[in-house]
Amino acid sequence: MSLDFNQNHFDLFGLPHAFALDADKLDKAYRDIQAEIHPDRFAHAGEAEQRLAMQWTTKVNEAYQTLRKPFERARYLLLLNGVDAMDPMNTSMPADFILAQMAWREALEDARAAQDGAALETLERTLIARAKEMRDLLGELLDERRDYAGASDTLRKLRFMDKLLEEVGAAYEDL
Amino acid sequence: MALLQIAEPGLSTAPHQHRLAVGIDLGTTNSLVATVRNGVSVVLNDARGHGLLPSVVRYHKDGSTTVGLSAQIQAAEDPHNTLISAKRFMGRGIKDIPDAATMPYQFVDAPGMVQIKTVAGVKSPVEVSAEILKVLKARAEAALGGELVGAVITVPAYFDDAQRQATKDAARVAGLNVLRLLNEPTAAAIAYGLDNAAEGLYAVYDLGGGTFDISILRLTKGVFEVLATNGDSALGGDDFDRRIYCWALDQARIHTLADADKALLMAHAREAKENLSDHGEAHITAVLTTGEVVDLRLSEAIFNEITASLVNKTLLPCRKALRDAGLQAEDVKGVVMVGGSTRIPRIQAAVGEFFGQTPLTNLDPDKVVALGAAIQANVLAGNKSGDDWLLLDVVPLSLGLETMGGLTEKIIPRNATIPTARAQEFTTYKDGQTAMSIHVVQGERELVSDCRSLARFELRGIPPMVAGAARIRVTFQVDADGLLSVTARETGTGVESSIAVKPSYGLTDDEVATMLKDSYAHAQDDMAARNLLEARVDGRRLLEASEAALAENGGELLTPAERAGIDALMHALRAALAGDDLAAVKRATEALNQGTVEFAARRMDLSVKKALTGHRLDELEV
Repeated sequence: MSLDFNQNHFDLFGLPHAFALDADKLDKAYRDIQAEIHPDRFAHAGEAEQRLAMQWTTKVNEAYQTLRKPFERARYLLLLNGVDAMDPMNTSMPADFILAQMAWREALEDARAAQDGAALETLERTLIARAKEMRDLLGELLDERRDYAGASDTLRKLRFMDKLLEEVGAAYEDL
Repeated sequence: MALLQIAEPGLSTAPHQHRLAVGIDLGTTNSLVATVRNGVSVVLNDARGHGLLPSVVRYHKDGSTTVGLSAQIQAAEDPHNTLISAKRFMGRGIKDIPDAATMPYQFVDAPGMVQIKTVAGVKSPVEVSAEILKVLKARAEAALGGELVGAVITVPAYFDDAQRQATKDAARVAGLNVLRLLNEPTAAAIAYGLDNAAEGLYAVYDLGGGTFDISILRLTKGVFEVLATNGDSALGGDDFDRRIYCWALDQARIHTLADADKALLMAHAREAKENLSDHGEAHITAVLTTGEVVDLRLSEAIFNEITASLVNKTLLPCRKALRDAGLQAEDVKGVVMVGGSTRIPRIQAAVGEFFGQTPLTNLDPDKVVALGAAIQANVLAGNKSGDDWLLLDVVPLSLGLETMGGLTEKIIPRNATIPTARAQEFTTYKDGQTAMSIHVVQGERELVSDCRSLARFELRGIPPMVAGAARIRVTFQVDADGLLSVTARETGTGVESSIAVKPSYGLTDDEVATMLKDSYAHAQDDMAARNLLEARVDGRRLLEASEAALAENGGELLTPAERAGIDALMHALRAALAGDDLAAVKRATEALNQGTVEFAARRMDLSVKKALTGHRLDELEV
């Protein structure tokens, strides 16, 4: 009757294996489980239960953090399907995306050098819009077309977008 | 016919007995102890009616100590042996204390943590803190009339692992069972949130005597979720005092000062700051040992000018915390002010400006942390409160490892919800390498030299292989107290060796025992009797927990044979508790611990299943 400690994150929260996510349902399932198993519930219990509570909560926290971030969720879904999107051996990017990357980087450097807040905002808006398109595409590739190779390529692009957005954020700090 | 309840053999006859638990705010300037009485959290006062215990410890030649107000009042008489703000030295090396030269102490540079030479010998900040905790423990036991089950001790949210470990060690030396280390702003949020039935996003701005924290929390029905925390563990009201002190020296054109005069002027500086908050101006009047007279008037305008950079220094962490939480200042519904230093009008104004709203000051900023800690202690001790709530806290600073070239590889990112664990694989860089040195660090910077070094250890016995073939899996686990443990194992060839890390700055059990012995030598207490007492408390606690677990679902989860086995172990422990053989008590406790592992696992599975089923039923109802 023992519950499988290694069961996958979607099953743990009773959610379908899909990129599309009911965030409210995830939040609620997470809180409901935490309410039962958090170490605070076992602070006066025996040693064994305290340790198990810590292990279970650790697992539940990891599962929650993975599922609630679109990037991590997609990466995890791909791993479940046998595809390691972040395999360091796989670095191929289509030429047009590389060109776009270079243009964005240049825009970022120019805005930073000129301390141009308005230019940063324009760039940020463009990047956010493109990242959203990629996430929408990711959902289609994973949930409908089940094109895992395509999803893997899109995910790598998305990682680049996230990193660049982080750099834009850092540039704001320096203004 | 009236039915009488007869307790089952072995079941506690008083199942609803209130367990005595306290919350302790171990502050830089003042410390407090609070408890929940009749459902209300209250600060416990000393015999003279004082709630705040100044965090000042004076050591005497015979090894005895004076703690609190009288030590503080007499600080100028014996500055070398009167330790003020020892919390600033917890888990810190000498190089971490930039203003050491302005303090009247003789610091001793020891590995991991600085120590201080006193007339009663060299003391560690852990021992100094333990003296404060002992006084609070005694105060609580006198007020509550019994032995404490345990205590929740608060720490600044931005305390790193070394500072947390030092705090837990201090509690052990003081003979306290630590139910949990709780972050100060989170404790304040509990007290505030439960009081006001608050919902939404809140910021807790906590400027204490020596530390600054900012936490952003989301309060939803019964859940206190910390989204991000930031701060500065070496910034507080003390720094404001020091600015006034330096200003006074400058104004009075004094260049060299006797240590007694340093302590005197510092006390006047603090007083001036407090008067300023209440009256808008203050006077510093003191006669030095040299006969020189200091007589100065400090206006609010001057004070604001000399402390402006300190106020600004608190706003940068606020910005960073909001950023980490993915929020803007206007998303925050309320800003709770905590810590005595938030009484400074200029700080209230600056925080109000930053968040675009008047900060909330309706709870006593000195007491709110202890009150929240007491509420949490009451729940952790197993005294069911009316409505349950849940606390989800985070790691304040990223945890990582040193990799080639002195760079940091982050394993657990800051603001990860605790407890948390993360594993990462590393490999060897030389052919035939059989050992690997692992250096654990904490901080956000890229260079290891800019981060705090937490522990170093070596993994030995790696089978010789070509470079890059070995797979070393390093696992970081952060528990609910925010404390880290690290294990490493080689998994590439199936040959495993692993090691659990005892951080280099933490005290070993032997060191704690020595400190305990030292302190009891003065109290004329019997160490052996103390050990037996503690073992009995542990044994009884486990017995009670087992009884409760069996009563709850022993019937459904255990076969009669399994049940009989556990009953036998419990019987043995009860018998051992009746005698006074320390080893027997420990053995029987450990045996019951081991014997209930499987039962515990089944209970935990049941809890998870229950949560999921409950959840699905809710969904069906919609």
